[in-house]
Amino acid sequence: MKLKVNGTEHEVDVEEDMPLLWVLRDELGITGPKYGCGIAQCGACTVHLDGVATKSCQVWAVDAVGVEVTTIEGLGTPEALHAVQAAWVEHQVAQCGYCQSGQIMLAASLLSDSPSPTDDEIDDAMSANLCRCGTYPRIRAAVKSAAAKLQEA
Amino acid sequence: MGRLKTIARRTFLIGSAAVIGGVAFGVYTYRKPAANPLEDGLAQGEAALTPYVKIDADGITLITPRADVGQGAYMVQAALIAEELDVRLDQITADPGVPSAAYYNGTVAAEGFPLAATDDGLIARTGRGAADVAGKLLGLQLTGGSSTVPDAFEKLRVAGAVARATLLQAASAETSVPVDQLSTKDGAVVLPDESSLAYTALATTAAGIEPVQEVALKDPSEWRYIGKEMQRLDIVAKSTGTQEYGIDLQMDGMVHATVKCNPRIGGEMISYDATEAEAMRGVKRVVPITGGVGVLADNTWRAFQAAEAVTFEWGEAPYPADDAAMWEQVAASFTADHQDSRFKDEGDVDAMEVAVEAEYRIPHLAHAPLEPMTATVLLDGGRLDIWTGTQIPRFMQVNAAKLAGLDAAQVHVHVLVSGGSFGRRLEDDYVLQAVELAMAEPGVPIKLTWSREEDMAHDFPRPLQMARARGAVSGGQVTGFDLGIAAPSVAASQLGRLGQPAMGPDVAIVAGAWDQPYRIPDYRVTGYRVPPMVPISSWRSVGASGNGFLHEGFLDELIHAAGADPLDERLRLCWHEPSRRVLEAVGEMSNWGDALPEGRGRGLAFTLSFGVPTAEVVEVTATERGIRLDQVYVACEVGRVIDPVNFDNQVKGGVIWGLGHAMMSEVTFSDGMTEQLNYDGYPGMRIYQTPEIEVRALETDALRGIGEPSVPPAAPALANAIFAATGQRIRELPLNKSVDFI
Repeated sequence: MKLKVNGTEHEVDVEEDMPLLWVLRDELGITGPKYGCGIAQCGACTVHLDGVATKSCQVWAVDAVGVEVTTIEGLGTPEALHAVQAAWVEHQVAQCGYCQSGQIMLAASLLSDSPSPTDDEIDDAMSANLCRCGTYPRIRAAVKSAAAKLQEA
Repeated sequence: MGRLKTIARRTFLIGSAAVIGGVAFGVYTYRKPAANPLEDGLAQGEAALTPYVKIDADGITLITPRADVGQGAYMVQAALIAEELDVRLDQITADPGVPSAAYYNGTVAAEGFPLAATDDGLIARTGRGAADVAGKLLGLQLTGGSSTVPDAFEKLRVAGAVARATLLQAASAETSVPVDQLSTKDGAVVLPDESSLAYTALATTAAGIEPVQEVALKDPSEWRYIGKEMQRLDIVAKSTGTQEYGIDLQMDGMVHATVKCNPRIGGEMISYDATEAEAMRGVKRVVPITGGVGVLADNTWRAFQAAEAVTFEWGEAPYPADDAAMWEQVAASFTADHQDSRFKDEGDVDAMEVAVEAEYRIPHLAHAPLEPMTATVLLDGGRLDIWTGTQIPRFMQVNAAKLAGLDAAQVHVHVLVSGGSFGRRLEDDYVLQAVELAMAEPGVPIKLTWSREEDMAHDFPRPLQMARARGAVSGGQVTGFDLGIAAPSVAASQLGRLGQPAMGPDVAIVAGAWDQPYRIPDYRVTGYRVPPMVPISSWRSVGASGNGFLHEGFLDELIHAAGADPLDERLRLCWHEPSRRVLEAVGEMSNWGDALPEGRGRGLAFTLSFGVPTAEVVEVTATERGIRLDQVYVACEVGRVIDPVNFDNQVKGGVIWGLGHAMMSEVTFSDGMTEQLNYDGYPGMRIYQTPEIEVRALETDALRGIGEPSVPPAAPALANAIFAATGQRIRELPLNKSVDFI
């Protein structure tokens, strides 16, 4: 089947029900999305499907055909950071950093839906993902700062 | 640049050695030369050098032997070296190096001796010295016990200073300009005409010069990095998905693997049938290993699926099979036979008039770092390579060598970044499984990844604990406090797995309780050792993680029974000035004593752990839907803050860790098996539950680590706040057994 990831078409030969996460990681070598739970609890695997934050451990490979898949690698790069990534750097959010790819993808999706979210909206949306290090205070600050930057732009 | 303060005495000497194309500076160990970690690169006759700074044509590498499991250890270690070497942080690479007995950690070993952190007397200092020697002998290259900063603070700065001074000599030799006319800036020696010579260009000359030992360290007023906000070295990588963790490693010809072992931890595999699994797509082999099987496949998910398709007959659990049986064993351990320690015994608690008696319970807890255990291993001829995130590379090297029938020198451990640990990566069980798979499939790199379920089923938890407490009050004051704590020994369980003896009482059973700086007329803390049950291990803040709740929960009960104010009475009881300062600070921050609206409450708790007195106030509101956490105030006397951003992250992260587990987490056993196998059954705190957290650091010249001390007071401060808001005293964790939370 054909998958379009970060703008590039890939031909993959996998079971229809292989989770997109494992197609990305083990078949395509795209390791920004992380495995944490496999049951939609932690959100470390969050990617965008046609721009919408989605837990890639819950998406069958076959259901990603014909959809624009964007991973953290496609959101921005160290040389050209997305506004959310720039805010994550500015606020030094990461500790172990393992959940942050998913947190950033979730925040980017939130801000494209809701450019100036309230504190409660940020908490509601970002509660889909889990951070074991406890970086939540800095996630809140970084989302607000990214929202402000995106508004200016 | 002025160098005002000369170091009078050091227990280590900085040496140098030529490496291919450059020079390395590091510590010469004394007494016996330790195996050389850069053996491949160092010249003959330099076998005892342990490098911290390596300069060659490729650049400047700072070798940071303590693991970074998210706590920012690489950054802190690199900053200490860079401060004296005079380089910019964007000019250097941090490398965790390779395991070496010479990277011993003298501070963490001291935590195993029963010395109160407040006790700076002769006996305490002698004891700490002895622990330091023991640390050397055991070759403890171990990250833990909030020990990285205290251990590294002088050693790494001196390494940087010696390297800088020697590079100045090298520049003088090359240019004939006297050293006193040279200076350094951003990784280069600057000549009087303002031209400069890069360190990398001086490295070969420096390798031929005897290192300059008479160095003076910078005065704190001249520090460029220490105490200033720094950008973490890994922050861009961790914000762009480009940080490589152990689980991300990819190698040519690599096979993906997982394991499925007896969910009764340490139990046997009696038989298995892999017929169906071996016929599944992508599966190469199913290999029996100790206590279970490994599945080798061409994709991790296929390996997971196949492992689920193997059928097993498992052996019984080598411990009481469920919580009821375990609690029975704990409850039966409050006897003289099981008494492990009585480090605190003042006055006469047997004669006091008991006003309050209570029993407290805290559950097993898993570490559950978000990255499951993973290791990549290649056994090729007489060489074994291991790539993994670990806090114990040296132990791992020795244990893997033993398993594979090799010498430790034939085992090469490459430390990778971990997606969290919280103590889990003080174990090497997952690595030894990967070695077993590599032995079955030599010449092939094998990446073992545990499923979340396998990880939770085999997470050696923090032990459950029970406390029986009695106390006395008189004239509005707490006058008697008798706390007995029964728990199995983490030290015996964990060191046993590492093949190390655990001698004497286990301080962890009473840490954070026996050593609190209160003066109570009749005051006793007794540890009772419960016979081994489930294998257990160190969990962020170790013994204090639970004992803070036991001690501070019961003290709060007594203070209320006395009719006293929780802050005033703690201040009255506390004799230790730094501890009094943090109590006063948190009182001021939280407006302690100001009236709160109906349904709101403030709770205070204090724990001195890892040498850091920490006081926390939690404010809650009792709503119709349950308890809401509104605000947390934290004051701690931390010594020197090396990096304010990292300090803030560690303290707040510790508070969230402590609160989240206290609210809703426990590991329970049924039929010998862990019942919580994923984050649905073992939830962590989410962002919507996270209160505002305000932190104040009281700084001194002392050196302390901060990864753990904010954990122990969090649970009791919350429970005490719930009491203040609702009148309900909760003596068992998790708290959601007794109240709902929003």
